[in-house]
Amino acid sequence: MNTQSYVTADGRTIGPAVMEMKNITLRFGGVVAIKDISFDIRQGEIRAIIGPNGAGKSSMLNVMNGFYHPQEGEVMFHGTKRRAMRPHQIAHQGIARTFQNIALFKGMSTLDNIMTGRLTHMKSGLLRQMVWWGASERDEVKNREVVEKIIDFLEIQAIRKTPVGRLPYGLQKRVELARALAAEPKLLLLDEPMAGMNVEEKEDMSRFILDVNDEFGTTIALIEHDMGVVMDIADRVVVMDYGKKIGDGTPEEVRTNQNVIDAYLGVAHD
Amino acid sequence: MTKENKGQSLDTIPKLLARNAQLFADAPAYREKEFGIWQSWTWAEAEQEITNLALGFLTIGAEKGDHIAIVGRNRPYFYWAIVAAQMIGAVPVPVYKDAVAEEMAYVLDHCSARFVVAEDQEQVDKVVDVMDQIKTLKSIIYLDPRGMRKYDRSALFDFHDLQKQGQATASEKLSELKKRIQEQNSSDTCVMLYTSGTTGRPKGVVLSNQNIVETGRATAEFDGLRSTDSVLAYLPMAWVGDFIFSVAQAYNIGFCVCCPESEETMQEGLVESGPSYFFATPRYFEGLLTSVQIRMEDAGRFKRWAFHTFMGHAKDIGPKLLDGKPVGVVDRLKYRLGRLLVIDPLKNSLGLSRMRVGYTAGEAIGPELFDFYRSLGINLKQLYGQTEASVFITQQKDGEVRADTVGTPSPGVELKITDSGEVFYRSPGSFVCYYNNEKSTKETKDSEGWVATGDAGFIEPESGQLRIIDRAKDVGKMKDGSMFAPKFVENKLKFYANILEAVVLGNGKDTCVAFINIDLNAVGSWAERNNIAYASYQELAAHPEVYQMIQANIEETNRSVATDPFLSGCQIHRFIILHKELDADDGELTRTLKVRRNVIEERYADLINAIYDGSTTVSTETEVTYEDGRKGKISATLEIRNTETFERKQVAA
Repeated sequence: MNTQSYVTADGRTIGPAVMEMKNITLRFGGVVAIKDISFDIRQGEIRAIIGPNGAGKSSMLNVMNGFYHPQEGEVMFHGTKRRAMRPHQIAHQGIARTFQNIALFKGMSTLDNIMTGRLTHMKSGLLRQMVWWGASERDEVKNREVVEKIIDFLEIQAIRKTPVGRLPYGLQKRVELARALAAEPKLLLLDEPMAGMNVEEKEDMSRFILDVNDEFGTTIALIEHDMGVVMDIADRVVVMDYGKKIGDGTPEEVRTNQNVIDAYLGVAHD
Repeated sequence: MTKENKGQSLDTIPKLLARNAQLFADAPAYREKEFGIWQSWTWAEAEQEITNLALGFLTIGAEKGDHIAIVGRNRPYFYWAIVAAQMIGAVPVPVYKDAVAEEMAYVLDHCSARFVVAEDQEQVDKVVDVMDQIKTLKSIIYLDPRGMRKYDRSALFDFHDLQKQGQATASEKLSELKKRIQEQNSSDTCVMLYTSGTTGRPKGVVLSNQNIVETGRATAEFDGLRSTDSVLAYLPMAWVGDFIFSVAQAYNIGFCVCCPESEETMQEGLVESGPSYFFATPRYFEGLLTSVQIRMEDAGRFKRWAFHTFMGHAKDIGPKLLDGKPVGVVDRLKYRLGRLLVIDPLKNSLGLSRMRVGYTAGEAIGPELFDFYRSLGINLKQLYGQTEASVFITQQKDGEVRADTVGTPSPGVELKITDSGEVFYRSPGSFVCYYNNEKSTKETKDSEGWVATGDAGFIEPESGQLRIIDRAKDVGKMKDGSMFAPKFVENKLKFYANILEAVVLGNGKDTCVAFINIDLNAVGSWAERNNIAYASYQELAAHPEVYQMIQANIEETNRSVATDPFLSGCQIHRFIILHKELDADDGELTRTLKVRRNVIEERYADLINAIYDGSTTVSTETEVTYEDGRKGKISATLEIRNTETFERKQVAA
């Protein structure tokens, strides 16, 4: 296990491993989605998982956030083995995520959607909230402050009160990121944050991801199809194909890995 | 002026600040919406913030006469930077924040800027890129640290840290700062503003304290502005208008400057802050009217009926009531009902409810558009001005507001019209010189102080109001000798919601022709309602039904142009809808969104040839520049259409 901290070329400190996947195998009936995969995510890094369609990337993310329970292998979080948990318990541990197909409350405003991300930080219970005045009110004001800082950070002030269903796709993705950030996660999982975006939106999103990592020191694991983006922003990349890990290393190492090139460009089968 | 003696001590902005901090200590000076809440600073607090920043400037070695460039959107912090620079005897130079790196480099280099106060990473990056080339540049002060954690810190200062640094040295440096404030007088430079440059490179207009402070005071008194008024600061800080409204007049009168949360929330900021004094470009008012029209098209039948009925009535009555002319009881009652049902709710949703005085300028405004706002009971007036005059040359008095004129000379301004029709003025606000450009200064301002505006116009004998026809160099003659004034026609065209921009050509030719830009909002909404599918601006612009619609607009315009005794020769005979929007990044518009005719004539020479040689279609390829400076090409085949023109009306004998 890597415990040594080091400093990247651009001056960020990458700490020891936060999460370790050890020999994970995930099966759905007879289908093997993930086959014996191990890798780690280190404190403060941007870790990308790439691979062709159906490689098992999203399944991997679902294992990481506790939605799927692997049949074999174990997930170590902060050095201890993680027992089987419900997703909301995982959220309490400081893991937040976004979804490939946007999963926002379409009829609610941007602000309200982001507020739901504060759920794990709300202290007052249902009864208190019904009374509202006092503790519950203070609680909400405090949480709203955090949310407003995120709105400012992601530059979405103009859509604060707009129902998210009316927003263009690129902005909805940004709102989803905002909601994940509102949980103040230690580990942020992004499932294809740039899918379906145009070049400008991708550039914006890349900048926000880098800024989040830089400003809040959030560890980020992301799945992405766009190789250019991944190579630009990731510190290390895991490459998956047919549920297996075929490469792991810095973008430069992965780029020159023959297995990866074969998987992406195709290879003649004799 | 009665305040002449007292004015001795109030001849600079920092001195006015000191007075306001005493007189209006607890009244709001700045408001800004941040984190979803309006924050405010009183005059006393503002003075403290500005003093700290000025002291901070001293600690990093800012000297008297240094140029300090300021690049950012309207935020209190940048207004403070302006005044802090003035306190230490430096010259603030606000720069357009959307300028590309190359444009910004030109300005920073031209004024030998020593410091730059920049908003965020985006602006800092532009300056860092050119830092090696500009030897004078010493350091950058940034407001928003986001994304700059890894930057080389040696030449970068955090705005708030600098204020703290300054505050820490207050005990030793405050007397030095006070001395510097006292040393300055009305002849020192107050600010340097770069003109947007309709032609050629931008020029740095040097404005003295006298120019700014006197103009600010006289014009604020002219409109009876009060310390309880407020303005919304949203126009570029590098533009002279914002400087006059948000600094000169605000400091003279002591009213509050409100800054919206971001550029996109300007409309929200307008509704929430409800300014009582407001300036906007004709383009803004056009956009607002277009959005109202779009919303009404989508509204239910009752609402549409109410809107058309009461607005139609208000069109006659509203302006009369504003000007205090007699109106019958029935009309008054109907107008009152209209206010209740349509006008007041509309004004409220547009953020114009509290508006007492409103101005528009920058480009002549279409009369129809102007009437719409006056019919709402909004006291919208026109002024005529330019950077070199510290804005004000002429403005309209309450009760003497008309659509086709720009008013009588502002306080202290003298006007003269030369034989060629060009307007000249002389005023306390006339600029000192163009910075490091004696040649241009001499060409514009003569030894007696008369400044050439470059606009052609005449003074109406009966009202004494100035009427501007067009840029002096744009006004020409048709082949038959009749007058060619393109802007006159363009403004009529631009009143149509479908038309965003129009360029009329025809100088020295037999007939006039036009290039049209459709308004994507308005036409897009129309297309949606009519089930017309389109994938791009280009495709929508070329749609036959869009052509049909624009043709109808042009023919209607021709009918109205035909009634003007002087300008009936300017009817449009043929037109093209352009395949791209005219864009400042391509140099087709100035940063203040005025059309650059020479650029258009050069870039679209092939289209101009085709439109005059009788072709019905033309293939063209146009180079475009993206925001990040890369270039690309758009090619298209465009249709050219003929339009109906009308018999010229004879001038009644």
